[in-house]
Amino acid sequence: MLRVEARTTLGAGFTLDAVLEAPAGSCLALAGPSGAGKSTLLRIAAGLLRPAHGSVTCGDEVWLDTQTDRELAPEQRRCGYVFQDYALFGHMTAWQNVAYGLRGGGRGERRRRAVELLERFGIGALADARPRTLSGGERQRVALARALARKPRALLLDEPLSALDARTRASASRELAHVLRDSGVPALLVTHDFTEAAVLGDRVAVIDGGRIVQQGTAGELAASPASAFVADFTGAVVLTGVAHAGPGDLTVVQLDGGGTATSTDRRTGPVALSVHPWEIALEPAGTHVEGSMQNRLEAEVLTVTQVGNRVRVGLGAPQPLVAEITSAALGELHLAAGVRVVATWKATATRLVNL
Amino acid sequence: MKRGRWFAPALVGALAVALTFLTLPVVAIFVRTSPGHLIGALDDPGVLDALWLSVRTTLTALAVIVVVGTPTAYLLATRTFRGHALVVTLVELPLVLPPAVAGVGLLAALGPGGIVGSHIADAGLRLAFETAGVVVALTFVAAPFFIRGAQTAFAAVDRSWLEASRTLGASEARTFVRIAIPAAAPGMLAGLALAWGRAVGEFGATLIFAGSFRGRTQTAPLAIYERLGTDFDAALALSAVLVVVSGTLLLSSKLLGGQGTEALRAAR
Repeated sequence: MLRVEARTTLGAGFTLDAVLEAPAGSCLALAGPSGAGKSTLLRIAAGLLRPAHGSVTCGDEVWLDTQTDRELAPEQRRCGYVFQDYALFGHMTAWQNVAYGLRGGGRGERRRRAVELLERFGIGALADARPRTLSGGERQRVALARALARKPRALLLDEPLSALDARTRASASRELAHVLRDSGVPALLVTHDFTEAAVLGDRVAVIDGGRIVQQGTAGELAASPASAFVADFTGAVVLTGVAHAGPGDLTVVQLDGGGTATSTDRRTGPVALSVHPWEIALEPAGTHVEGSMQNRLEAEVLTVTQVGNRVRVGLGAPQPLVAEITSAALGELHLAAGVRVVATWKATATRLVNL
Repeated sequence: MKRGRWFAPALVGALAVALTFLTLPVVAIFVRTSPGHLIGALDDPGVLDALWLSVRTTLTALAVIVVVGTPTAYLLATRTFRGHALVVTLVELPLVLPPAVAGVGLLAALGPGGIVGSHIADAGLRLAFETAGVVVALTFVAAPFFIRGAQTAFAAVDRSWLEASRTLGASEARTFVRIAIPAAAPGMLAGLALAWGRAVGEFGATLIFAGSFRGRTQTAPLAIYERLGTDFDAALALSAVLVVVSGTLLLSSKLLGGQGTEALRAAR
């Protein structure tokens, strides 16, 4: 179990106040926008930054306790840290980078152990290459091998996939998930991307403005976001309005800017309404099909973006919406910028949180 | 002439004037005497003594500068503290100090009656008008060139490299030796070449603090000055040697510095 608790002021008016726990063998993904304090927490865990108040414990070891003034230097903490740009030493080869953290044994022995580790990541052949000649994916593997070489008691990963291009990211992400599962030590992973957090983290903690705003599995966060921020961060469409009890034990939301929506959640007063883009269906304007879709909003198509086999359609209603449909549906509906459509979704897919 | 067509030729003209003016004296040194004559003049034991003394004293000064200057530059590059800018300015002060002022200052501080010099004398050590005094003068004027170069080079080292080293179990001292110095090496060597160039040409501070005694404190530039009136050929020969030495140092500084700035650009 890795536990990080920190309360500290950073710069003008920005206070970090957070507690994180990652059980052994599981990964806690710390997700939030840039400037939320994610990397700061990681640096505190590693000992690269000392908070005004706080503690860091790993298993039965106390790495930091500001109350008893106990503080271990970074080199005494045995945590494997993967930096955002990997921070590979440019004047050393790949194996020398990996062997840097190894102690004991002669040069030959350390080289053998380093190459062995690189082989586990499938890049044993690149042992003598310099970092600048490696691709992004290869650099990531060297960085992971280097972080694991010391048999760390915890893994700390700062945006481990952000330096990679979109094509490499998918495979690197799968590989990283394997590494995290096999390592058997607690891992703390920082990312600004919810999808990445959902794929790599057993649990996700969303941080905003220096505070943890919600923790849970990625599914829990997406299904019942505790705030509009979390809903927005998970990729949901967020609309604001005022809720009141409606007919049939449903809640009716008078949307800001016009239009109404219904939800099965019971709330009153100012609320943020969230719905996932894949829950929203599109119909040509002017048609009216009777069905189970309680929510209907007239909108104009603003953008059409292909994402894999799906299409994200940006809609201009009084408040902006995004719908995700299949490529086939795109053709049938003759969607293009300027076309008027009706966005529909079910009351049961509509989450409400009080503002 | 068409409007606006005069500017480029004007630039080229200015360059031609500057280049001619700046290289003419150097060219003249080699043109005034034949190469054979130059080599013959170098046979003079006094000239060789002066060159040998220059080599010994500048290398000793460089060793002192590197040993003390490297950690100094690292501290200034990686730590911020109250008065940081003031400390940096004080360290750089000898860069702009007139050499004569430096010599007088060294006498007042380390000379026989100086504020520290009298204590040094009590310990049985003499600096002023001794070979050791030459090293002191050279160290004083040349050290800022190295410290500045090394400080810039250390500041350009990616901070995450230093942090990565720490998380991989290396102490701060080990990180300094294994990561910071190798990463900053090109910039440090460029600064070292400039410092060496400055030390080789040092004249004023050495003359005032150490005097010009043949074989003891008379370095190559001082020997040139002494021979000006009596043996102009020997002065020319020594000058030619110094031109070659300085040119080589400048060129190596440029080559190494080029790598340094490249690394700096890559790091940003």
